[in-house]
Amino acid sequence: MHFRHILSALGRHRIAVCLLVLEIAFSCAVVCNALFLIGTRLERMHRPTGVDEPHLVQVDVHSVTPGTAEALMAQTRTDLATLRALPGVTGVAIVNQTLFGDSIGFSGVSLSDDPKAPSIPVTQYMGSAQLAGVLGLKLAAGRWFRPDEFIGYEQLRNGATGVPVIITRAMAGHFFPGQSAVGKTIHAFGTNRVVGVVDRLVQPRDYGPAEYYGYAMLFPVEMPYPGGTYLVRVKDPAQRQAVIQGALRALKADGPLRLVSPKYATTLEAERGKYYRNDRAMAWLLAGVCLLLLVVTAVGIVGLTSFWVAQRRRQIGIRRAVGATRGDILRYFQAENFLLATFGIALGMLLAYGLNLLLMLHYELGRLPAYYFPVGAAVLWGLGQLAVLGPALRASRVPPVVATRSA
Amino acid sequence: MFGYYIDLATRSLRRNKALTALMVLAIALGIGASMTTLTVLHVLSGDPLPGRSGTLYYPQIDPRDGQGYLPGKTEPMDQVTWIDGMNLLQAKRADRQALMTGGTVAIQPDNSTLDPFYEDARYTTADFFPMFGVPFRYGHAWNAADDEAHARVAVIDGPLNDKLFGGGDSTGRTLRLSGVAFRIVGVVGDWNPNPHFYDLNRKSYGEDEGVYVPLSTSQDVGMNHDGGMDCWGNGGGGNTPAHNAPCVWLQFWVQLDSPARAAAYRQFLVSYSEQQKALGRFQRPPNVRLRNVMQWLDYNQVVPDDVRLQTGLAFGFLLVCLVNMVGLMLAKFMRRAGELGVRRALGASKKALFAQLLVESGVVGLVGGVGGLLLALAGLWLVRRQPASYAALANIDPEMLFATFVLALGASLLAGLLPAWRACQVTPALQLKSN
Repeated sequence: MHFRHILSALGRHRIAVCLLVLEIAFSCAVVCNALFLIGTRLERMHRPTGVDEPHLVQVDVHSVTPGTAEALMAQTRTDLATLRALPGVTGVAIVNQTLFGDSIGFSGVSLSDDPKAPSIPVTQYMGSAQLAGVLGLKLAAGRWFRPDEFIGYEQLRNGATGVPVIITRAMAGHFFPGQSAVGKTIHAFGTNRVVGVVDRLVQPRDYGPAEYYGYAMLFPVEMPYPGGTYLVRVKDPAQRQAVIQGALRALKADGPLRLVSPKYATTLEAERGKYYRNDRAMAWLLAGVCLLLLVVTAVGIVGLTSFWVAQRRRQIGIRRAVGATRGDILRYFQAENFLLATFGIALGMLLAYGLNLLLMLHYELGRLPAYYFPVGAAVLWGLGQLAVLGPALRASRVPPVVATRSA
Repeated sequence: MFGYYIDLATRSLRRNKALTALMVLAIALGIGASMTTLTVLHVLSGDPLPGRSGTLYYPQIDPRDGQGYLPGKTEPMDQVTWIDGMNLLQAKRADRQALMTGGTVAIQPDNSTLDPFYEDARYTTADFFPMFGVPFRYGHAWNAADDEAHARVAVIDGPLNDKLFGGGDSTGRTLRLSGVAFRIVGVVGDWNPNPHFYDLNRKSYGEDEGVYVPLSTSQDVGMNHDGGMDCWGNGGGGNTPAHNAPCVWLQFWVQLDSPARAAAYRQFLVSYSEQQKALGRFQRPPNVRLRNVMQWLDYNQVVPDDVRLQTGLAFGFLLVCLVNMVGLMLAKFMRRAGELGVRRALGASKKALFAQLLVESGVVGLVGGVGGLLLALAGLWLVRRQPASYAALANIDPEMLFATFVLALGASLLAGLLPAWRACQVTPALQLKSN
């Protein structure tokens, strides 16, 4: 194929060529960035939490009338025993905040009690003795809390300090890079000695810079039930709904008038779905816009190529008359489109890069990885070839006899 | 002449239905997508209290310890502590002032067919209602004396009144909140400011609280606090901090009726900070802000990033649609070179041809605008089915309806400029000869 001939022919339709190239370039830029955005959303949705999600259900019980701290703690222990005795349950704990939940507690953490020391907010999980086991956390170093280390929430509220702490590996890496965190002290609730490091545990919901997502601390603090949520670990994920029903029945039957409702009992998996539904909706929306954009671009290519074919009927007839086969004509238009698409893609890559820089400026977004460029290019080349097929086939059917007719 | 051009345009557009349909579809898709996202953006960045928001201010002070303080850079805290809130409230330096926070209360209906349920509540001082212009369907708000007396009074909103009392006048009736009996003094009328500017720590958009009780009373009864809380130093955890804890968890709003009053109040915040520093409570130099409602919303970037991203995306899409339309329009006009040549030869000026062709693209734009409007309505219907908290607000208003047609017409005329100019360049003689 002689690209030189195609180029000189295109030179006669400079405006139309520019428009097509521009359209392909804009599409390419938007599609590359939209695909990247979809990719980041999917990646975000699949971040691990470090928690054994399929085996967990949670039941939130609210008090209707306030009671004394002692009475609430006693009721909490009774509830834990009741839940533990349910069939299909392998562990129960109470925790101050749940993954993907609405509430999130933080403490400023620093390495010294000097008020000028740099500190970052780290989320704290406070739970009863079984919590680590129920969540299915994995210990990376050190040890779990000892039974005698657990205190009631009221004691912490009244200023108890020196509580031991277990931190995540990511948090350990931030505060103690390159060394073991076990045995070191951090300053959160007074002075806290790190007794263990868990592999991974995350913030209940995203808060602060992205790298803080994996920073979390565990404290051996037992919450009273109005300030916490019961976490129930089931043996078999298929039994989750049955366990929820059983737990609601058991809790309703026992204790003072409380708010025990299916509204506040759910599986962790459902909570995850709810937490990420905006991301899922956004990914679908981006995919939809990409698709529409490609359709519009294809429509533009079909329209302009049809126009060219109509304009060049006589030239095509002459070429057929002097010996060009139908295949030659078809390939001519395909090559022409390939050339245009290439120009468009080249310009589109630059635009895509620029658009990405603009997005990085305004949103928390990374750099567009290089592999999105060939993906975008392949999509637009393919689209161009598909769109041009119809008009090109029509062109190839122009009979040679057209050449002999006067226009 | 204009009527004649319209006639010519419709004839020409009817001649090649497929091409016309493609052009209309392209512009309709672009307009539909842009208007859907623009409407959402418009709704979300709206003024929650038109006419009032300019005189409502959110004072911010900085009671934290010296840790991490960068002079001139560190923003003061987004809420106030109990002590500061009470001090500022009692100073009464503004035209109106209210200290408030949010929570959830358990409601035990008298009607035993209803289970106890939870309702979002606002614990606030009395000025909340006149300051924010809250309308009342029945009864009235409580007053400062009730705040002082820790009165067990409550104001409820319409939906809760419907649920508990069948929508009747419930003032004077008893409501059991968190196990304590409250007397209902008022039922709020239609009031739902969006964004939920006075406490952005909870949902920024969507439904408001159903129950309002005096802040003082809520503390007596031990109603739980929900929403943002930020502690420093040796601040405690938990949901409701002790009143002397170094934690911010309350919102303080003031009404200042003139810019001079606002400047004076700002000065008051500075001197308050200095005084507290002298007392040893504050450790930082005075670090204050006094933002009005719109500045406060802007500072908090309350419009979700996703919505702004969608708007940008939609306009990128509109741009591609327009380039596409320019191409199709060019093809269409160039094909009519013969006809245009005849008109030129018969004496029509280039200007007249240009006008005629622009009218034609304008017609495409208007039809595309109607299509775009339908698509935008469909798009907004889809948005309303989204899980986002602002979803229910996504409705088109007359302003946006008008904007749709302006955008469609403007875009199509813009798209028509180049093809029309190009088509006017035909040399009549050449066109006549070749035909």
